[in-house]
Amino acid sequence: MLARLFPNPVLSGFVLVIWMLLVDSIGAGAILVGVILGLIIPRLTQGFWPDRIHFRRPKVLFTLIPVVVWDIIAANAAVAWIVLTRRNRDLRPVFLIIPLEIREPHGAMALASIITLTPGTVSVQFSADRTTLYVHMLDCPDETEAVEDIRTRYERPLKELLEC
Amino acid sequence: MSEAITAVFILIGAFFVLVGSLGLLRFPDFFTRLHGPTKATTLGLASLLAAFVAYAAGTESGVTVREFLITFFLFITAPVSAFMLGRSALRRRVDSVAPRPAAIDDDEAEDDPA
Repeated sequence: MLARLFPNPVLSGFVLVIWMLLVDSIGAGAILVGVILGLIIPRLTQGFWPDRIHFRRPKVLFTLIPVVVWDIIAANAAVAWIVLTRRNRDLRPVFLIIPLEIREPHGAMALASIITLTPGTVSVQFSADRTTLYVHMLDCPDETEAVEDIRTRYERPLKELLEC
Repeated sequence: MSEAITAVFILIGAFFVLVGSLGLLRFPDFFTRLHGPTKATTLGLASLLAAFVAYAAGTESGVTVREFLITFFLFITAPVSAFMLGRSALRRRVDSVAPRPAAIDDDEAEDDPA
């Protein structure tokens, strides 16, 4: 019954939380409308979602989110420093080629987004079979290390979160 | 107190927005320029919104969390636009300081049968 009403529970939960933030209230009315929207919106957008999102180990979020937030702040400081002090001819921009272990499509998407939000890296292309991610890096002293960093900091936790 | 916190956040925010624009202006090619706005403005805008939250906390309207939603939406949409920009630039073979990886061409051939 519940599974039929909420085919995509994680998405419904997001809709509820976002609705409550939008109306800035935790009253019964806000919750009721939020739940109703959580019923309708996932249904209407079903065609856009490849699979339902399934958090296999939600606990991972508690370590992943702080890591990402911290890296975003560090990213900004690092990029700001490069903008202000580095001469163009001393920049070492490269395209990183990251072989993906993660197969879950939301995970791959989340990984690409996290990469764009963090230190001097922007995801620019997936290979056609979605097994490789191309990332442009603003200033890269060591390619292998940069790839390894992305894999251990973001890909492994995402894989743990979404795959078994 | 709330005014002091507001001021600090505004200064941090303004600094990052400025640096982001500066990066856009002075980096050598399209791909490096992409880094300026997608990075520096996310934290810049987040700080400006935090400044607003701090400011509102000092007035009678009290603490609001709605502004964090703006940050949240910004954080989920900024990477998408950066990705689309990067992808189209690769496809159009825009000049790049970083050497273009050969494997990308094979993938694009598969991508685009014409």
